[in-house]
Order: sequence, then structure tokens, then C-alpha cells
Amino acid sequence: MNNSNQEVIKSNSQLLQKEMISRNYDRITSGQAKVSSTFVPGNLNELLMCFDIANNLPEINAIQNAMRKKSGDFITEAERSGHSEDVCTYVKADIGMMEKGNIAPNGKPFPDPDMLLLSYTGCFTFLKWFELLREQYKCPTVMLHVPYAADGKVTKNMRDYIVTQLKEEVIPTMEKISGIKFDIDRLREYLRKSAQAENDLVWMLEQSKHKPSPIDCYFGGVYYMGPIFTAFRGTDEAIVYYKLLREEIQQRIDLGLCAQTPEGDMTEEKYRLVVEGPPNWTSFREFWKMFYEMGAVVVASSYTKVGGVYDYDNFRHDPDHPLESLADYCLGVYTNRNLPTRVDMLSRNVKEYEADGLLINSIKSCNSFSAGQLVMMREVEKLTGKPGAFIETDLVDPRYFSAANVKNRLESYFQMIDQKRRAGGSATVAV
Amino acid sequence: MRTFIGIDLGSTTTKAVLMDENRQVLGRGITNSRSNYDVAAKVSKQESKIAARFTLFKNALGSGGGAELLLTDLERNFRLEQFLSELNQLEETCYRYLDHERFKDLKGPLREALETVFRTIIVEAPTIYAPGAERKSDFFRDIAGSRFMNLAESVGKQAGLSFDVLLNVYDKSIIDIESQVSSDETVSAQLLNGLTRAMGEVAGLDISKADAQKALESVLGQELEETYVVGTGYGRVRLPFPKEHIRSEILCHGLGAHMMFPQTRTVLDIGGQDTKGIQVDENGIVVNFQMNDRCAAGCGRYLGYIADEMNIGLHELGPIAMKATKATRINSTCTVFAGAELRDRMAMGENRADILAGLHRAIMLRAMSIISRSGGVTEEFTFTGGVAKNEAAVKELRQLIFENYGEKTINISAESIYTGALGGASFAHSAGN
Repeated sequence: MNNSNQEVIKSNSQLLQKEMISRNYDRITSGQAKVSSTFVPGNLNELLMCFDIANNLPEINAIQNAMRKKSGDFITEAERSGHSEDVCTYVKADIGMMEKGNIAPNGKPFPDPDMLLLSYTGCFTFLKWFELLREQYKCPTVMLHVPYAADGKVTKNMRDYIVTQLKEEVIPTMEKISGIKFDIDRLREYLRKSAQAENDLVWMLEQSKHKPSPIDCYFGGVYYMGPIFTAFRGTDEAIVYYKLLREEIQQRIDLGLCAQTPEGDMTEEKYRLVVEGPPNWTSFREFWKMFYEMGAVVVASSYTKVGGVYDYDNFRHDPDHPLESLADYCLGVYTNRNLPTRVDMLSRNVKEYEADGLLINSIKSCNSFSAGQLVMMREVEKLTGKPGAFIETDLVDPRYFSAANVKNRLESYFQMIDQKRRAGGSATVAV
Repeated sequence: MRTFIGIDLGSTTTKAVLMDENRQVLGRGITNSRSNYDVAAKVSKQESKIAARFTLFKNALGSGGGAELLLTDLERNFRLEQFLSELNQLEETCYRYLDHERFKDLKGPLREALETVFRTIIVEAPTIYAPGAERKSDFFRDIAGSRFMNLAESVGKQAGLSFDVLLNVYDKSIIDIESQVSSDETVSAQLLNGLTRAMGEVAGLDISKADAQKALESVLGQELEETYVVGTGYGRVRLPFPKEHIRSEILCHGLGAHMMFPQTRTVLDIGGQDTKGIQVDENGIVVNFQMNDRCAAGCGRYLGYIADEMNIGLHELGPIAMKATKATRINSTCTVFAGAELRDRMAMGENRADILAGLHRAIMLRAMSIISRSGGVTEEFTFTGGVAKNEAAVKELRQLIFENYGEKTINISAESIYTGALGGASFAHSAGN
């Protein structure tokens, strides 16, 4: 593996994605396009595209700021203006950014959004977040209510309820803002492109079944998920990106390479993990390094399903049932699933990807992810017979990443796996 | 002989356990962690070897004929020898510092004062190590330091010297002394000197001086080969060991507790800066764990802070709390806030013992939360770490375990402070065979 002082090694697909993100920020800040702020989980990018509305995602902005070491100041700023220490740090990073000039990663100011589109309410903080933004921007706000899949199933009623909202609330508002008439055939075309990229995406997810895994499906995975969960689903760019990614991964498989890291390829794969929960963004590299230094690769993660779930029940956007398919996408979001479904997904991942166990990264300020995680861990342990472990960090608040503590737990977990593999234990002694 | 050593580098103390080929513990050693883990590891290892020599000597002497008395007396005299030897080094080091720029103008009077102080401690030393004498600590730094402070104040006053200057000389010197590790030769000489003293003191022995000396020489001649050494604890990364010789303290505590009490399935370890709830299987393999996160309230240091706030010794906390008639409710789980709450309760006129009982309960409530998150208590339970020595903490724990999980066997070993090192030694044994 290369020395950590060397430049970060990036693949062609990563460079392409960087360009795509940069172009999207340029479009948002250009003043030439109408802009909607919306959230990642269950976002309606294809629908926005039908009205030429640019897609701006506040969580992604918070992540960008965290990785650029700016989120700490923004959070402090938000706390100074009255937001409690326990509030979601994505929210505070966003509010703080607005208070400090609202500058986009390309250095230009974000325009005021033309609309706020909340297409998923599994996280109730999202509601409050947009209430704050509505207060600030006084722009049209659409709250698309997505029923929680409490029984683990999506019913026709739920789907119809969302489709009705799309027809009666969401589409008319978008028409009004953009001045463009809704064209369902245009939507069908975008959804066709979405499905094409989604096929390659699912292929990518499943390649970590290989031993060694050619990719890391958590730390690397968050990059691979980027285009599909943000402003590019439904575009030709996304199709090109996933085709390129597929070729790169295939090449890695052919060469028998271990997962790629910022310091080059892992030389040995010692532990295979399934990870539940978002990563920490403020110390992302340091956090990742704790894994690859110990030879640990993440073969599946729930966070790579946070925007939408494709592999579990084989969902794809469907041009033949456009609005229904958008509804199903929203309903299927990972955190909109009940705990037994999440347990089933994770257990299946542990088994199918032949993982050594489940690691939970519990996020201090994210209740929608964190609630019930200890119970889930116990259940997955029972179902798989593999040991679980629990670490605690935060999304974008640098104060809540305690490196020594996290490392101590991770090392203990890896050694626990070693010990389990040897399954020897010891004789007792007189003491 | 081949030996296997586990070293647990804690934030307060460093412990070592040495075991033989048959996994029998031959010796345990402990020292303060200083700010230098390398030295602390070496000192604790040497101490465990000394204890192993005692065990081997005991085996050589057999039982009866006054052997037990001789061993007790030998240990006492050996500690005296060790103390005098380190005191001598401390004195010499102090004199060397007198040539420094800061002290050289007062070199004469300072040397005279130091000589008086050290002569007095040398005279007092046999009393410090007299049979039945109680020592609040066995660490050289604590014993020599407390005597030095007491004497330097009065001696300095008489000589018209500032206490601070004398203290400064001591502070510089003790750091040097603490960086030294006794060689095997020095230890052997101290043991043989100790034996000579003991043979002169213990009456009615069946064993002759020559035989005892021969037996001890034979034990000292036996090489204790460090076949495999495993390091654990917070200072583990500082050890000059290869990576594969380092184990997480969670695994070591789990295995150590299992070795002490094989039916253990849940372990609570409260150390200086963390609290761990660990679940182990029938082989001592960790199956789950939880520990405090981001905040050290409820750990050993919390008690140290409270002791400082109340201006009493750490070891006095438990006994005072045991005199409580009720436990004052302490709500704060933050160390600093608990201090504020404590002052508030004192100002309200509440009984000191009751407040301390409440604080011990607050600590254990935190521990109970960690235990429950790790999977709760289903079978035998073992409490380890420095706080396990505190009777008030143990009392609250027993009560809370009963309230939450019913009647459960709760194990606390007198040697619980060595749990992590014991697990480490067992890992060393497995790795070295």
C-alpha cells in the first residue's frame, strides 16, 4: 500500500463524478435555472428534470462542507442562533452555511431556491428543516407524504396515496414554478435511463461477493452511489458513469485485486463486514484508514441504500408505470422500512456476502437511523451466528468523533472475530 | 523456564502477570503508569518476575517448619532492601542536581538539608516496613514522596531554605529514579540481603540458613525466559512490541475474568478512564461489548475528582459512604456537574456519607446502562478493575444487579486489578505454543 503522504489515488470514474458534481453546482449557482432544494432519500430527480428544475441537496452540501472541514464552524454558528446541541448536524451545518453567506462548494453563492420539495418523511427532522427554510425563503413548499412501511409491505393504498399527491400537488406546483407543462413521455424516457444505470449499479453492489472484494461498499460505496442518489438519475451522464465504473470493477476482478482505498489497493483482505448506519464525514479518511489498515473491507452497507433500495426486492424505475414507480421508490427507502425488514436485509447481506459480522456506526444526532439499532444488532447476531459490534460517531459534527475510542472498539472487534475463528478459548487456571 | 507474560498498561497503573507452561500464575507485578509506558511495562514485568521468584522459592521450601513465616519476613525485608536501594539512588540524584544553575548558589545548605532528610528516612525505613505496618501505597514514589514532603518542610524551615526549592530538587530527581528499572542482578542481591535479615529475625525455623540460601540461589539461578509477551490497555500502542503481540483490553478482560471465574458470562470493568460491559461465552471469548463513549463520568477518575473536591483520600471514599443511612439522589452524570451538585448538597447541610453513597449509586447506574446495552446479566457476573476494591461501589452494584436481574452470583476477586494482564498472559501462552 502507498504511503499516506502521497496524493489520493482516484479512478477515472471518480474523476468523472467530480466533474459531474461540479457542473451541477455551476448550474445551480448560474441563475439560469429554477432550483429546487430536496432531500436524498426518495428524491424525485426525474420529475424535476421534466420541468428543467435544478436539484440542490442540502445533505450533500453538509457532507461537502464536512469533508472540507467547514461544517464545525457552521454548526457552531447555528448553535449560536439558537439550535440545540442535540439537533441533527446536517440541519445545523446547512443553517450555519446560510448564515455565513450561503456559499456553494464552487465558491459562488447559492441562489434562493424556487421551491422546496420534501419527497420523503421517514425522517421527521426533514419536515422541521424545511419549515425553517420556508421561513427563510418564503418559496412554495411541497411536502409529499410517504407512509411508513410499518408492516414491512407496500400496499396499493399507499402507492395510490402517493400517486394522488403527485398528480394533485407536486406536478401542478412544478408546472406553476417552471412554466413548463408536464409531459409524461418525457418522464418515461428519464425513467428508462434511470433503470439502465440502476442495472449497472446493482451489478456493482453484488461484486463484493467476490473474495477478495474488488470494492469497499461503504467508504468506496458512498462515491459509487453518488450519481444515482443525487441530480443524475435519469441522465445519460449517469449511464456513462456506471458503465465506466462497471468496466473498472470488472478489471479489478480480472486482476484479482483487493478493494481500492485512497492510498492504493488493499494488499490483503482479512475481515469482511456489513455496516449499518451512515459514515462519519468530518474524519472520513481517518475513519476509513482504521478499516483498511487492519485489512477490513465493507462488503455491504445499509447506507448505500439510503437514497433507495434496489437489490433487496429488485426495484427498478419503470417507464411503463411512471408515477407508480416514483411512489414505490419513495416507499422503498431504507429508513422507511420497519426494523424487521432492516434486520432481514442486513442478515441476508451477512450471509450472502459471507461477512464476518455486522458493525453498526450509530450516529449521535440521527434518530431515524439510530433508533432500534442495538436490537437490530442482537437480531442479526441471532440470525447469522456472527458477532456484531457497535461504534458511535456523528455525521458532520467534528466534536463527536473520538478517534481513540472508535479505534479501540474496532481493534477489539477485529480481534474478537479472530478469536471466534480460532474458537479455541482457553483452559482455566488456578489463580 | 519458559514463561508467558501479559502486561496491562492502564491510565493509572500498569500490571503484569507471568505464567508458566501449565498456565499457572507464578507472579503478578504492579506499578504506577508514570508518563512513560515503556518504563512502566518494564517495571511491572520485573515485579512479576520478583513475585515469581517468591513462588518458586516457596515451592522449594515446601510447607511447615516455619516456611510461611520465613517467606512473609523475606518479602518484608526484600521490600525494605528495595526501598533503601532506591532511596540511595534518589539521594545521589538529588545531589547531582545541586550543580545545576538554579541551585548552585545554595548548594552547601541544600546538601546539608537533604542529608538530614535522607538520613531520617533511612532510620525510619525499618519502621515503614515493620511487621504489621500499614502502608497507603506500595509505590516508591508515594512512600518516599510523602516522607520527603513532611521532613523537607521542617528541615528547610530550620535551615532557612524555601520548601519549594527542596521540592523542586526532589521532583526533578524522582522522575529520573522512576525511569530506572532494577536489573536482575540488583534484584538477586536484594533478595539475598533480605534473606539474611529474615533469617536473623525469624525464630524457630526448621530450615538452616545455608539450606535456605542455597534454595534461594538455585531459584535465582533459574532463567525466566520471556517466551511470549502480550501487551494490552490504553498504553499498548506505545509498547515496543510487534503488532501481533498486542491485544485489545476488552478481549483480555473477558478472558481474564473467565480464567478467574469460569462460569462468568458478563464482566463489568471500571478502570481509570473507561467502563466496559463485556459478554463472554463458555470459553471466555468475547461475544459482545459496550463501553462509555466520549465521556468518562462514572469511571475511576470520577471518584478521584470527587475525593479531591471533598479533600479526602481516594481510598477513604468507600468507607465513608458505607456509613450512610440513605443515598442522596445525585442526578448529574457529568463529573464536573456532579462536583457542583455535591457542593450544593453540602451547602444544604446534607450528610457527607449520604452524599457519597448517592455518588457511588450514580456511578453504578451508569455502569448498569452499559451492562444492559451489552446484553444484560443472564448468568454469573464478575466485577473487575480498580473500582471493584471500593466497598460502597460494590454494595450499590449488588443492589442494582438484584433490582434489575434478580439473584445472581457476583464474583469479585482480590486480584481483580490483574484481570486484563491475566487475559494477556493467557493470550501470550496460546500464541507462544
